[in-house]
Amino acid sequence: MMAELRTSAREWWTTPVARALVALGFMLVIGAVFNADGAFFRWSVHRDMLRQVSVFGILACGMTVIIITAGIDLSVSSVMALSAVSFAWLMLPHGWPAVLAVPVVLAAGTALGTLSGSLVARMRIQPFIVTLAMMVFARGAAKVVSGGMKITNYVTAADGTSRLVPLPRAFGLIDSRVLGGNLSIVTVVFLVCVLTTGIVLSRLRLGRHLYAVGGNREAARLSGVPVRRTLLAAYALSGLFAAVAGICQAAQETHGDPETGMGYELDAIAMVVIGGTSLSGGRGSVALTLIGVLTIGYLQKILSLNAAPEATRLMLTGAIIICAVLFQRGRREGSQA
Amino acid sequence: MPSEPTVAMRGIRKSFGLVEVLHGVDLEVLPGEVHVLAGENGAGKSTLVKILSGVYPDYSGELLLEGRPTRFSNPSDAARAGIATIHQEFSLVPTMSVADNLFLGREVIRRFGRVDFGAQMAEAYRLLADAHLECRPDQLAEELALASRQMLEIVRALARNSRLVVFDEPTSALSEPEAESLFARIDALKRQGRAVIYITHRMEEIYRLADRISVLRDGSIVGAATPDRLPPAALVSLIVGRDLAAARAPELRPDGDTVLDVRDLRVAHASVASRAVVDGVSFTVGRGEILGLAGLQGSGASEVLHAVFGALGERTTGSATLHGAPFAMRSPQHSVERGVVLLASDRTTLGLAPDMSVLHNISLSSLGRFSARFGWVQRKAERELVLVSARRFALKAPSLDAPVRLLSGGNQQKACLARCLLAEPRVLLLDEPTRGIDVGAKADIYRLMGDWAQRGIAMVLITSELDELLALADRILVLHRGRIVSALHRETASKDAILGAAMGQSQSVHVGGAA
Repeated sequence: MMAELRTSAREWWTTPVARALVALGFMLVIGAVFNADGAFFRWSVHRDMLRQVSVFGILACGMTVIIITAGIDLSVSSVMALSAVSFAWLMLPHGWPAVLAVPVVLAAGTALGTLSGSLVARMRIQPFIVTLAMMVFARGAAKVVSGGMKITNYVTAADGTSRLVPLPRAFGLIDSRVLGGNLSIVTVVFLVCVLTTGIVLSRLRLGRHLYAVGGNREAARLSGVPVRRTLLAAYALSGLFAAVAGICQAAQETHGDPETGMGYELDAIAMVVIGGTSLSGGRGSVALTLIGVLTIGYLQKILSLNAAPEATRLMLTGAIIICAVLFQRGRREGSQA
Repeated sequence: MPSEPTVAMRGIRKSFGLVEVLHGVDLEVLPGEVHVLAGENGAGKSTLVKILSGVYPDYSGELLLEGRPTRFSNPSDAARAGIATIHQEFSLVPTMSVADNLFLGREVIRRFGRVDFGAQMAEAYRLLADAHLECRPDQLAEELALASRQMLEIVRALARNSRLVVFDEPTSALSEPEAESLFARIDALKRQGRAVIYITHRMEEIYRLADRISVLRDGSIVGAATPDRLPPAALVSLIVGRDLAAARAPELRPDGDTVLDVRDLRVAHASVASRAVVDGVSFTVGRGEILGLAGLQGSGASEVLHAVFGALGERTTGSATLHGAPFAMRSPQHSVERGVVLLASDRTTLGLAPDMSVLHNISLSSLGRFSARFGWVQRKAERELVLVSARRFALKAPSLDAPVRLLSGGNQQKACLARCLLAEPRVLLLDEPTRGIDVGAKADIYRLMGDWAQRGIAMVLITSELDELLALADRILVLHRGRIVSALHRETASKDAILGAAMGQSQSVHVGGAA
């Protein structure tokens, strides 16, 4: 009965991607209806929406990888803050060139992720606990690096005199646009992260191992999958993406703020879940996360275009999460054994 | 008054997505009758049972309970209506006590919703004693051995005074005396006028218990008769839908080259390091040879396989050589890379990632073969090779991209085996390769094992079916309490000899033949 080897077009509609796209399409229809006097039909609105979700989206890429292994990473926002502060610290008061500062910050983020990963994989502590601890730790480290204050281009020297240094070109570059001003650089960075995650998950051996470990850890081990190394790679990747997000955040804010990104980890989780990736692991994809990021991005954009208050925005986001998950589950109801 | 059936199902149809798996099934069970439901895996037995027990509320057709049309919307509806089901998968909560599990969902409630734990405990003692189950009500369910857990499941179902009890392969984890005590309880149920539906693959159980046999094939009832009018051979051909040649591996001729040589293997107990579950086991396997390991539960046979595979890590001591070179029994990854591959006994918990596709499950152990630099998977080559192996295994799946959880038990087992074989093993460690699969799939696997032997793969086989062991193994080592107590050759082995040694009957050890 191996007549058809690929999912047929008729069944395509029942796939998670189709479901997630329907949810996103629904959101776009809402936007077209409540278009705020045609504002919704202008590309600049969409461009700004994309810029606003990019940092969240970068974090959500790492979160997707971790959630597929049936884990969770609560530390992404703090690692992002630490990276933002470190990047600003290296570039502004110390005047490092970007070509040096960027790799150092990326390596530091990856190292923190690896540390979380080794605690999860080798010490077998639950991911929630490990990354909760890392969340608190990295936030503290961000405050140590910054001395508890924002690091701006208003630099105080050792002798107590202060002066304004010019903002390095890298800051402006990251916060600029390409394609005739139609696409923000941070959005490009976000899309590169999506692409990278997609390649890791669907084209590399590591991706198969990630799904296998999340789907059935013991079966993966007995099949010869290097379970610990796989988990380590997942958390390292999430740390790397958090550092990327931190650099983007610092450039956008033009300073390093140790308090930045509080609670972003929950937004990232929400975006992954709205896409339809299951928290129980072994299932999901970065395409779903991309759709989830856009869904939440449009929700917020539509609400702000229509001048909805913050309180409404929060309540609606909560409701949307539940609706999206229920909608995704409708698909599986019949096939569950 | 034998007229009104306890349960009558009429024209039951059920589809998953676009695939209809039951095509109008009729089934009746009378009070005081044991109705055996036979059929290959994937024939629809479990689906039918899940409709009856309220797991699948969406189906078409009619369900009559003592003549009254009924439809269950969930499992507790069915339980309240007096239908108790003992599923293949365990439904105990491992972290709750035996007593709490027994009363789960029907707690003894006093005023203000207070649970009367005292009364539950007393009742639990009585139920456990009646069932001759040796455990305390305050023990956690996860502390019990597999067989005791299965027995507890049965005790729980029977404690509900149900009018219909459904057993879905209840004996697959039970030893023979335990199974016999279960049969005695089923006889008692019959005398009380309760109806029983019993699903099994084991011939001797069918003829021991059945008042009537219904055979399901591909979602339809293809025959129903009393056992005296349906001899075993006729039953098998009804189940398979064709005449099955005697399932026996072709005559094998090991050519003598030693592939794997294990010396003085010891495995410490999982929690008590000073106790050994495997205690000084040595053996060799040659090219194209099938070495059988026999032993009752707790004999250490399964641990031997896992230890050699490296899955028990630090608990293992001893030495081994593979083709004459030292082989470290260190980790599964290390072993798989060197062509020592394990088929684990329980495909759902140890074998498959349920949401991954059939394709990705099968290729999981051999991704190294399909990977270029940076672990880039060459998906075309992968798909082609997996497809070839799926055809060789006669694997039935909606598509290679379907999640493996949608496959029937026998096909899931084939997927596990296909994964092992795709890894190009030199040594294949098979732990219960035919557990819970149908006659047709078994015959396929026997035939393939013959092929593998001919290709020179050395195999170590554990199976709880003695007939299977006798038919397949060239040599049989019998384990008892972690030691080899008997080594038998194909010509000299017999059921009596194996069972006697396994039960520790004769201690006149002739281990010399084992080396």
